[in-house]
Amino acid sequence: MSTVHEFKPRILGFLCNWCSYAGADLCGVSRYQYPASMKIIRVMCSGRVDLEFVLRAFAKGNDGVFIGGCWLGECHYITEGNYDALSMMHLGKKLLESAGLNPDRLRLEWVSASQGIRYAEVVTDFTEKLKVLGPIGTGEGMDENTLKLKLEAITKLLPYVKLVEREKIRVHFENKAEYEEYFASDQLKSLFNELIADKLAVSQIMSLLQAKALSTGEIASGLGMSAAEVTKHLKSSARQRLIRFDDNQKRYALA
Amino acid sequence: MNTLPIAGMTTSSPQGDNIGDVLVVGGGISGIQASLDLAETGFRVFLVDKSPAIGGKMSQLDKTFPSNDCSMCIESPKFIECSRHPNVNILTNTEVLRVEGESGDFRVTLNRKPRYVNEDICTGCNACVQYCPVQVPDPYNENLSLTKAVHIHFSQAVPLVTYIDPNTCLYHQDEKCQICAGVCQHHAIDLNQKARKMEVKVGAVVLSPGYEVFNPAVRGDFGYGKIKNVVTSLEFERILSATGPFEGEIKRPSDGKHPHRIAWIQCVGSRQVIPGGNTYCSSVCCAYTQKQVILAKDHNAELNATVFHNDIRAFGKDFERYYQRAANLPDVRFIRSYVSIGREIPGSKNVTIRYSTDADGVKEEEFDMVVLSVGMTAPKDGKDLAVKFGIELDARGFCKTNPLNPLETSRPGVFVSGAFQGPADIPESVVSASGAAALCGQLLAYHRGKLSREREYPPERDVSEEEPKIGVFVCHCGANIGRVVNVPQVVHFASKLKNVVHAQESLFACSTDNAQQISDVIREKGLNRVVIAACTPRTHEPLFRDTVREGGINQYFFDMANIREHCAWVHSKEKDEATAKAKDIVRMSVARTTLLQPLQEIQLPVNKTVLIIGGGLAGMTSALNMAEQGFEAYLLEKDADLGGMARRLHYTLEGVDVQAFIGELARKVFRHPSIHVLTGSVIKEVIGYVGNFTTRLLSEGRAREIRHGAVIIATGAEEHKPTEYLYGNNDRVLTLLELEGRIASKEETVENAQSVVMIQCVGCRTAEKNYCSRVCCSQAIKNALKLKERAPEREITIIFRDMRTYGFKEDYYREAASKGVRFVRYEPEDKPVVEAVVEGGRNFLRVTVTDPILGQKLALDADLVGLAAAVVSSSSSQELSRMFKVPLNPDGFFQEAHVKLRPVDFSADGVFLCGTAHYPKHVAETISQAYGAAARAINVLSKNSVTATGAICDVNESACVACGACISACTYDAIDFHDTLHGKKAHVNAVLCKGDGLCNAKCPTGAIFLNHYTDEEIFSQIEAS
Repeated sequence: MSTVHEFKPRILGFLCNWCSYAGADLCGVSRYQYPASMKIIRVMCSGRVDLEFVLRAFAKGNDGVFIGGCWLGECHYITEGNYDALSMMHLGKKLLESAGLNPDRLRLEWVSASQGIRYAEVVTDFTEKLKVLGPIGTGEGMDENTLKLKLEAITKLLPYVKLVEREKIRVHFENKAEYEEYFASDQLKSLFNELIADKLAVSQIMSLLQAKALSTGEIASGLGMSAAEVTKHLKSSARQRLIRFDDNQKRYALA
Repeated sequence: MNTLPIAGMTTSSPQGDNIGDVLVVGGGISGIQASLDLAETGFRVFLVDKSPAIGGKMSQLDKTFPSNDCSMCIESPKFIECSRHPNVNILTNTEVLRVEGESGDFRVTLNRKPRYVNEDICTGCNACVQYCPVQVPDPYNENLSLTKAVHIHFSQAVPLVTYIDPNTCLYHQDEKCQICAGVCQHHAIDLNQKARKMEVKVGAVVLSPGYEVFNPAVRGDFGYGKIKNVVTSLEFERILSATGPFEGEIKRPSDGKHPHRIAWIQCVGSRQVIPGGNTYCSSVCCAYTQKQVILAKDHNAELNATVFHNDIRAFGKDFERYYQRAANLPDVRFIRSYVSIGREIPGSKNVTIRYSTDADGVKEEEFDMVVLSVGMTAPKDGKDLAVKFGIELDARGFCKTNPLNPLETSRPGVFVSGAFQGPADIPESVVSASGAAALCGQLLAYHRGKLSREREYPPERDVSEEEPKIGVFVCHCGANIGRVVNVPQVVHFASKLKNVVHAQESLFACSTDNAQQISDVIREKGLNRVVIAACTPRTHEPLFRDTVREGGINQYFFDMANIREHCAWVHSKEKDEATAKAKDIVRMSVARTTLLQPLQEIQLPVNKTVLIIGGGLAGMTSALNMAEQGFEAYLLEKDADLGGMARRLHYTLEGVDVQAFIGELARKVFRHPSIHVLTGSVIKEVIGYVGNFTTRLLSEGRAREIRHGAVIIATGAEEHKPTEYLYGNNDRVLTLLELEGRIASKEETVENAQSVVMIQCVGCRTAEKNYCSRVCCSQAIKNALKLKERAPEREITIIFRDMRTYGFKEDYYREAASKGVRFVRYEPEDKPVVEAVVEGGRNFLRVTVTDPILGQKLALDADLVGLAAAVVSSSSSQELSRMFKVPLNPDGFFQEAHVKLRPVDFSADGVFLCGTAHYPKHVAETISQAYGAAARAINVLSKNSVTATGAICDVNESACVACGACISACTYDAIDFHDTLHGKKAHVNAVLCKGDGLCNAKCPTGAIFLNHYTDEEIFSQIEAS
């Protein structure tokens, strides 16, 4: 692991007004100390946190994104948006993973208004974990451009991801463990691969081709995919007239 | 700026600037809360204080237990609320001269003492203070620092004007100096100002004069007054404070050095039978000492802190954990011992303390500084007030109150709140203030709204055509922020940011003058957006929104950058990193503020009915008061009868017959035409929000639906069923409540018992139930006294951990001891053992316990064993918590909105709390809190409308693809489709939308947006992160 000695992770946190933000306030009032690594955006409910916020935060160079909400069953709203936040977080991790980013960079914790000390512990712990993971992109052995491109590709796909989430993926469980189990299940894995992963790969390829025409090998090395995988996506994309093979350049280009 | 009546207003005028509804005497936190509750519920109030500013003792405290909230930070917004409230007339430097008339029609003559400064002209600029040549000890800092003969009481004072102390002013002493009058550009100094009389007419009076700190100088306790490094706890409070004599550094008086070994001595002036002492317990000192230990350790981690104490009385909500927090810090010792001062060591000026422990015998130890944890005594002017208002005092000089209504004095129409009732902490003072307001409201309900006035704001400027012009105000918060974050650097940084046209520092942005200055700058510089970098929006956003409104722009053109709770306080050791983070936070806030839009709030009608859940003592008291004030009340009880836990109580420690009282109360409740009692009821579903709830329930098996504007949760608590000490296996082992029942019914087993043992702390103060049940010690004493009264020769032993007979209950503890009740202390790791024994044909119980003084096992033979079974949260709490969206604390009791200043509110609007559902409490405390909850609920119900936030959702129809993702997300049913020229589009019902924004995250096209938290606003924050 090539962790730079002086690396100080940057974290962007989204805290719900009623529990986690209040918990962070109490933490301050109680003078519990934690590293100055995280900046906060206050939202009314953790369910307000959009996948796009997460992706933009990473694209902006944040090494970690934190979401703080009320404990399940304690949401201030009857919409119980914290369940949605939990589901969104799992989906977000899948997307990060499929783009070659470490899913542990996205973390969700429940912190109640009375858990000042827990807030300090969680921020400290997340900061330590991120120190081990290293800077975003670099930690994954990815250069800045590739990182940007991958995040952009996911962002572009978000409207579609939201539809798929609603139609195919959304579930409601009572507890955290059940969500974990579901998102780790083969059923979800195949759903994700079938509905999102391929699209995501194509989206990435298209983002890459936006700059210039490239060969299969170049695409594969640019995105860290196998040549076989790239070929599969190129074929299907060509069929859908999204891309074409430029005979002159002997390269693939946008259609 | 000030609308106070001025000189010459001593004769009554028909318009009645001197006609009000209620006179509140004493402007501490209790008087302030009473005034605000009355003013908000349609009554006009005169708030009178003899000192130059309101705030009372709380304004001198550094932090408050058990949350360590900054005392001034939470109190000063209340000052501003009072000063801005059109129904509150603050009269400082004012005393009561004479009271005539009777309940409903009092005529009170006030003496407005000269402050030698014209309050209406003085701007608080402090020029006079700079030039005044006379240095005098500063009373606000307990005389530990110097101020001038003319000065402002403290930085956040309301009114923020100077006053001259005639006892030290050179002009008033021998007409030598008039420099102040010369330098005042506003000609506000009036050295010849005379006292003015003012007569006010009111219907009721609330007395909240507070307390006095016990003065150890009188007897020279523990060398105080002679030995320099012996200070009182209030002095130490000032020493800890960032606005104190040493700007928050802990220094000792003799040489200004940082002390490394500090000792606290508990019970100074309290729990003493000797002349000059007070026999009662002052209730607050254990917790405030723990606070001071925690804070002192926070200032200096190397510090050695030693607390010499008697019992640790951690009887309040979360106090037990607080004590553990203090005790578990490194180099902190809690030593149970009486102490005496050895000597002051010449040269070092250190102080030695002699103490003794069971293990080591007598020792003498040296300390750098000693803090005396002084108790509370009756207010100095208590006697004077008693004479003028014709009320009785008790033997200790506190106000004599009705044992079943601690808010009532002996005179109708005169109520009491705060520590004048007896030692009380801040939340108790706030609760009793609201309670006193409820009793005034009950008396004067016919007059509600007759004199009240509305607040007027300047017209809102239309800035839609303007470029963003942002003003950034960075608050030092005294030294709270400024000590860690480099404020000037942050200001400089902010001034360079795009769209920022003005950036400046504020010493206390929330003080009256700073807030005023902010609204002035908005107008002068034509700002159209404001960022205040200070504390948390959760407490101060309402205040600053108001300030922005005063400046003539829409209140949503405002954002708070939290550089205190989320920065200065949590990165106090890394000043550079904290400053860098503060800049980031400000940059994000400015980016967001650039995009903010003006929003309008909506007014929703209020259903003037209250639903009260729980028909015990608390619920009945609230219901009756609210009904008497003219509101419909539904009183819901799960059992077949009203009364709750109080049905199992027969007498109080003070000797009141609880059954007779509860019976009479239930009769009044049943007979009241505005109270609808629903017994055998259980709630099925709750929908709606403040002002408009709908609750569906089953009552005696029938479905009912109740519409109401507010709700009070008064569901009480339950008795723990012990599993230890043979309980359930041997019918001679009872809980204290069962014992009380048997004593009351003169049951044979009790009548014949020769020996009774009571064991305290059964089922609480454990790892699982880490709290004190508050009432059990007094309950044991109560039973012991009753048992002794019947048969004085009977042997009674109470086996306890700490006797927590706080306040005046201490006197009964002493009475029990004097009557031969034996007290044996046990440690939790060496619990007493109870065995059933048959000896000599006699059945009895043998209790074995280690006597800590003798270090030997004692065997006590008992006919009956009483167990002080814990008070545990009600089994219905979880369900109610879920339905009303209100939180529980780790012990299962309901969690109020703010421990100190909103003790009966929930963060969820329109939902209130009282009784043992909040925490275990005594009968009188429950009644007080029930009145308090009633007053708070009437804050909502007395208005015709509630204001709903403007931060709700709306739809950009051109982007909407009518997929319905938002509709399925919104369980408030706030979104539906409506037909437009371009087909179906989502539409938000503004009344139903609660602004959580879940729909935003579901919308694939970004068509639906939550105002004030739009994608663009949040993107801009992310971009600036």
